[in-house]
Formats: sequence, structure tokens, C-alpha cells
Amino acid sequence: MSSLAPTDLGELRDAVGEALASGEPLELIAGGSKRGLGRPLQLPRSLDLSGITGIRDYQPSELVLTAAAATPIEEIETALAAAGQMLAFEPPDWGTLLGLPASAAHRRTLGGVLACNLSGPRRIKAGAARDYFLGFRGVSGRGEVFKAGGKVVKNVTGYDLCKLLAGSYGTLAAIEEVTIKVLPQPETVCTILLCGLDAASAGQRLRQALASPNEVSGAVYIEDSSTLGLALVSALTGIAAVRLEGPFPSVISRREQLLAELASDCETNLLYDKASTAFWQAIRDVRPLAESEDRVIWRVSVAPSRGPELGEGIARSLDTKWYLDWAGGLIWVAIAGADDGGAAVVRAAIRGADGRGTGHATLIKGSPELRRSIAVFEPQPAPLASLAVRIKEAFDPRRILNPGRMVEGV
Amino acid sequence: MPTPDATVIERRASIVEELRRIVPGEGVIVSEAERRVYESDGLTAYRQLPLVVVLPSTVEQVAGVLRFCKQMGVKVVPRGAGTSLSGGALPLADGVLLGMAKFNRVLEIDYDNRCAVVQPGVTNLAISKAVESAGFYYAPDPSSQIACTIGGNVAENSGGVHCLKYGLTTNNILGIEVVLMDGEVIRLGGKHLDAENYDLLGVMTGSEGLLGVVTEVTVRILPKPTTARALLVGFSKTEDAAGCVAAVIAAGIIPAGMEMMDRPAIHAAEAFVKVGYSLDVEALLIVELDGPPPEVDHLIGKVEGIARDHNASAIRASRDEAERLAFWSGRKAAFPAVGRISPDYYCMDGTIPRSRLAEVLSRMRVLSDHYRLGVANVFHAGDGNLHPLILYDANSPDQVERAEAFGADILRLCVEVGGVLTGEHGVGVEKRDLMGTMFDEFDLRHQQRLKCAFDPDGLLNPGKVFPQLHRCAELGRLHVHGGRLPFPDLPRF
Repeated sequence: MSSLAPTDLGELRDAVGEALASGEPLELIAGGSKRGLGRPLQLPRSLDLSGITGIRDYQPSELVLTAAAATPIEEIETALAAAGQMLAFEPPDWGTLLGLPASAAHRRTLGGVLACNLSGPRRIKAGAARDYFLGFRGVSGRGEVFKAGGKVVKNVTGYDLCKLLAGSYGTLAAIEEVTIKVLPQPETVCTILLCGLDAASAGQRLRQALASPNEVSGAVYIEDSSTLGLALVSALTGIAAVRLEGPFPSVISRREQLLAELASDCETNLLYDKASTAFWQAIRDVRPLAESEDRVIWRVSVAPSRGPELGEGIARSLDTKWYLDWAGGLIWVAIAGADDGGAAVVRAAIRGADGRGTGHATLIKGSPELRRSIAVFEPQPAPLASLAVRIKEAFDPRRILNPGRMVEGV
Repeated sequence: MPTPDATVIERRASIVEELRRIVPGEGVIVSEAERRVYESDGLTAYRQLPLVVVLPSTVEQVAGVLRFCKQMGVKVVPRGAGTSLSGGALPLADGVLLGMAKFNRVLEIDYDNRCAVVQPGVTNLAISKAVESAGFYYAPDPSSQIACTIGGNVAENSGGVHCLKYGLTTNNILGIEVVLMDGEVIRLGGKHLDAENYDLLGVMTGSEGLLGVVTEVTVRILPKPTTARALLVGFSKTEDAAGCVAAVIAAGIIPAGMEMMDRPAIHAAEAFVKVGYSLDVEALLIVELDGPPPEVDHLIGKVEGIARDHNASAIRASRDEAERLAFWSGRKAAFPAVGRISPDYYCMDGTIPRSRLAEVLSRMRVLSDHYRLGVANVFHAGDGNLHPLILYDANSPDQVERAEAFGADILRLCVEVGGVLTGEHGVGVEKRDLMGTMFDEFDLRHQQRLKCAFDPDGLLNPGKVFPQLHRCAELGRLHVHGGRLPFPDLPRF
């Protein structure tokens, strides 16, 4: 496979321009950590963006950071931590989940995380990657350099093309530079573990916690703590975990409030500092399902109240391991032994008995054959699908940027 | 605005007849006196009688009107409550004004999933009122919240004083139903998080009524914070106030709101509401902290310390809810207060990097002298969103001209220091011709191509946002040099 490796905006424009002229499509790649996501591409040429790297401007008091798109997440997080700040949307590291070797060759980049709109457990309080994406500069499939958004935290000038690019998996433009909003790190972290609960009871308590004014920043249900692979938590079952972050006196006060409201009839454990951080990192990185090497992994987003029943329902039909994040709104499912990877069962469960349920399932891990044969992203009704095609036409009419990565023809 | 199409105006009677068939009863407004109500929005300097006003009450009627207008090549301007400060709902002489006021019902409140499903004509404040008894609220709070509708909030991506901590509209909605110009009804999102494909919910939010007509909105509702307290801090130097704002953020504190007023705004507000603002200061800061009482008390103490370190000349912390509201009353009344000291005022809305605040304010004073017009500043200091109020008299054509030129210079200044043209009011008609100061031709063409994907005939709210209208066929043309490789020397490996 040949590769174009631009190191600046001019070279990037030239590279895309060349592909446009020759009509040869490109697979966009930077750190390569997300290559297994989406439909498999079998393209003879790639556009290697890893040379477009480095933090370009960071002013902690503005809460804004501008960086070259392929800057590694580790580099960003190190710079932020030095100023007591963070990426509030908790970009996940799915390397282990996807079976990638732990090496620099598979590192996450800021542009990649934004292009796939990947967020962790704090999504429920702080928002998704897309909510922190303030501006960008890049090259569309027309070979033209363009920019959108800005470098300030509040801006409504023109269409919000950042939202369009977030989650577009490189099918509309190759991003060269991004500006993001950053936030202060919390002073204190505390995690309440409520134990011995079934999914329904756990889900109900997590939703109750989120409906209280206690500013919960993580709400997860796992059946068995040993799946987290942490020495810190051992041999607990039926765990509803709630994370509290903020100034110390505030965390203590909210902890007491939640314990009184949620834990009168169950065993509890508390995690602080490093133990708490390790717990949520394991959740963020989908560790409970990371050992399921031969299983197909789905990420399902629904209304939180539907999570427990949906997980149990799928598990009744198929050989399934699962857990709940986002207070039940995000169901991680690992399925074995189904010809279609469980697609039909999972998607029917989202639509529900009356066929009117909303939500979506994305195939995160599966063989290339499976990812080619079933819809990796939730299939859309015809008017929406044709709108997506028209948007692709607008930005990449010759289908040279990651064509077919999300949907055939887009 | 685009030149009105005389052939459409000639066909007015037959267009009205067909619209009456789609929306029977009193939903089609034809008489000049009744159309006059709709001739402008919150940007009253611009007025135009619409061709006809249609007030549909069902999604089918909205779809029918749009489908018919597309067939006939008739333009459509959607409108909520008409509170836009950028002329987003300014009618067209040859266009149908589509008023969404009849979509005024709260359809469902789902506390278990912390969301509410409402029609677009429900006012922003009515959503919070509807969920108040259960201890919830809808976070974005534009100052027009008593009147503005959630549909209009989606169109403009509206903000408010609390968006530093709680985000704009785009961060607080989960789903919408939209009718496209061809009459297709699409649903984006729902009660779940994140988009399943392209994030068109995010694209629609802030698209200023150019991409589709919103007919239903699912908003996220939040549990109300247990307490809120405010600090009122005076500074004798603007630089110190700006430094204090930056230091609060740098200390890891994200206040619920952080508002600043300059001397003219302080004096106008105090004369109007008499809440005890210090009159001998150059800048007044209101910092609000919300959350559980121990957190609020802790952070109030920290912010007080930071303010003292930045030479604050007066610091007051609210002791109770009445006092907190009193601190805010002057800020909230700042616009009408300025209205008392000047026959008219023109409200601007740029955002700047906070570090450039003192410089921007001092250059604004120079511009004020140059244009011989006063300016009072109130702004969302936490996120750098300025609202300069230019004082003028609309009865003097010369002052109107100077006020507009002054405003444009302020916005150019915002862009020059690294900021943007609009933080929350939208581009609309008002800032349309300044888009070129922030975006080049390629930037604008990509935005317009997105418009083409939704509305290829350019019939929905034309004349807003973009300084030049291009035909979609022209925008779609691809410039490749005859299939030749234009860069034969590019390394390949």
C-alpha cells in the first residue's frame, strides 16, 4: 500500500488534490488506533496524517487549546495536566478492546478522537467530544482548504461544521488543525459503589442519582468487579457505581446525601483518588469486555431507563456479556455465536415491542467480513440516508476520503 | 435582501388560495394590518411586510406548505416569537412567513430520563416552569427567555448568562423533528445521546432557519442546584477586573455566571433599579456560584480572595436569595436602563479571547470618540462574549449610519483580536456582510454547499447569514484539471 505523508497544510492540500485528480481514494490514518472501527476499507493508498502534529496554542485561562490534528492524546493530556486541566469528555482508549498491541504505532490522536466523536463516562455530565470541538481547519474532498468555528468558547458564527465533522469518520474532510475547549481537573474524586444489586435496581438508583442535584459525573452498572482487572476492587458483584467530582467539601457533602438516598438497603464501598481514577479509566476503556477476544462488541445508546431491560433481553436471546454506562443510556454488549454478530437481535431490541423505540447500535469490534456484511452504524430511514449522501456530495463529490467507511456510497 | 421576484408577487392571490387549502381557517393571514405585526423581529431597524403569513398547527400542514412553496418556487421565512436580535426572522416581500406560534404544547415530561418533549413554539421559560415543581429546569437562559421560543433557540443556538457552566442550546438538546423544504419529515436524536451517523442535530442547531423547520424538540432538563450565591465586586481599573476573571478560571473555578459591566452601564443600571452598585468604579463583576451549600461557600471564599489579590475596591457576597437577586437585578435591567439614557441603543454581540478584554474596551472608547456616540458595555465575561450597547437616536439618519458603522468596527475588532462576530445572537441580516472578515471564500462555499444538501433551490430564509447567494449548481462544480495529476513531484512511498 502506498502512502502520502503530508507534514503541513500545503502538502495536505496537494495530497488531496492529487487524489482528486487521479480519482484514487484515500484511507485517512494518523495514529492508527481506530483503524478497526467502521466498515473495512481496502484502498491501495492511504493519507498518513501523523506528521501533522504539535500543540500550537494553549492558554489555560482561556480554556482553549489549538493543536495540529494528529497530536497524540497523551501529549495533549500531559500539557493540560501541567496546568491542572483536562479533556472533560474523557476520550477512551480502546486499544486493548480492539486487540491492538500496546505500542506507539497505535496511539490515539486528537483529530481521530474528534472525527469519531468518542467520549467516556463523563459524557452524561460534561458532554461529548463534539461539545468541546470549537473550530478546525482542513481540506475537503474538493481539495480546498477551509475552516469553520473559532478559537473562543462561545461562537455561533455560521453553520456549526465542527458538529458535522465530529463523528464523520474522515468521510468529509481531512482535518489539519483543531481548537478545543478544555476544563479544570476536579480537586477531589470519590466513587460510591453500591453492591449486590440486580440490573433493574441498579439502573433505578443510577437514574435517581442523576435526577438529584448532586452533580454525578459517572454512573455505571457492572455485574462482577473482577472483570475490571483492578486489584483495587475485588470480589464485588452487582455494582452500581456513582462518581462525584469537585472541591473537597462539596464532594463530602454530596457523598453523604447520596449514601442517605441510595444506600439504605445495600452494602457500600468507597473509592478515592487513584483507586477512583483507575476504576473510571477501566470503565472508559471498556475493560469489563476487553477479555472477550472472540466476541463481537456493540455499543448501544438508548434512553437510560431502557438500559437494564434491553441488556437482559439481549442476554436472554444470545450468549452475551454486557454492562451499563451513562446511567443505563449506554449498553456495552459482547456477543458470541451469532451469524450476524447479533445485529438483528440488538437492533430489534432498540426498536422495542411497539417498534417505536429510538436509539442506535454501533458495531465496535468484529471481523472485517462481519463489518462488511452488516450495517456497522445504525441504518437510517430513506430521507436521512439520502440527506447523508447529499452532504457527502457537497464535501467529497468524487468519494476520495474514506469512502464507504460509515455507509456504502458515503 | 435578494431582489423580490415580481412573478411571485403577481401570483399572490393564487398562492394564498392554495395555502388556505393546506391550512384552513384563520391560519392564513392576508390583510396588511395583520401582516404588519410580523414586519420585523427584535432587530427593529429592518422592516419588511411579508407576502403572506401562515400559522400552521400540525406537522402535516408545515410539510404541505413547504412542499407547495418548493413546487411554486416561493421563499419561506420561519419565525418563532420574533425576538431575534440579528434579523433572523426578517420577512421577504415575495416570501411566506411561516409562524410556529401554534405549536405551543409541552408534549411529554420524562423525569426518569431527565428530558422533556415540547413543540417549538413553547417559550424557553415555560419549559423551566413546566418542570419546576419536580425540582428541574432547562439550563440555557437567554435574556428574552420569557418570550423567545425553544424553536427559535434551536435555530439560533441561543445562550444566556449561565452558558459558561451549562452550555448553549446545542449542548442541551437531545432530539428534534424537522421538516425539510421538500416536505420530508426527519427525526434527529431522541431521548438517547449522540448521533448514529452524521450529527445533523448539531448541524441544525444554530443554522438560523436556513436548513429546515423544527416541529418538535426534546430538551435535556437538569436538577436545580441546591443553592446559588453571588459576589458583587467593584474595580477601579478595567485591567484588574479582566485579570480577576482570568484568575478565577485559571484557579479551576467555573462559575455558573460571571458578568461584567463598565462604568456607563453601572451608572445607567443603578439610576434605574437603585440596588446599591458602587458608582466610583470602572468595572463591576457579578460572579455566581451554584451547587451544594458547602461547595458554594467554599468557592465564594476562594473567589473573594482572588478578587482581593486583583485590587478589588469593593466586595459584597450575597447572604440570602433576596440579596443575590438584587445583585442581578441591575445587570438584568441593564438593557432597559440604557434605554432610559438614550433614545435608542444598538446591541452588539462579539466574542473575544478574555486576555484581550482591557485592550478591546480601550479601543472601543477610541471608536466611541471617533463616531461621537456613547457606548455602554455589559458582557458575559466568563466566556468573553461582549454586548456593547451603542447609544444613538433613530430619528437622526446620520446617527443611525454612525451607529451601524461603529457596530461593524467593533465586530471587526473582535475578529482582529482572535474572536468571532457573534457569540449568541446569530448572523442573520445584521452581520451577514461582515462574514468575509472571519471567513474566506472557500470557508463560505463549504457552508453554502451544506445548505445546498438541505435546500438546493435556496428557498428557506434566503438573504440571511451569507453575504452572497450562489446557485447550488455553481457551488457543486468541481475544479479538477482535466484528470491530470497537478502535483507530479509529490513523494509517494
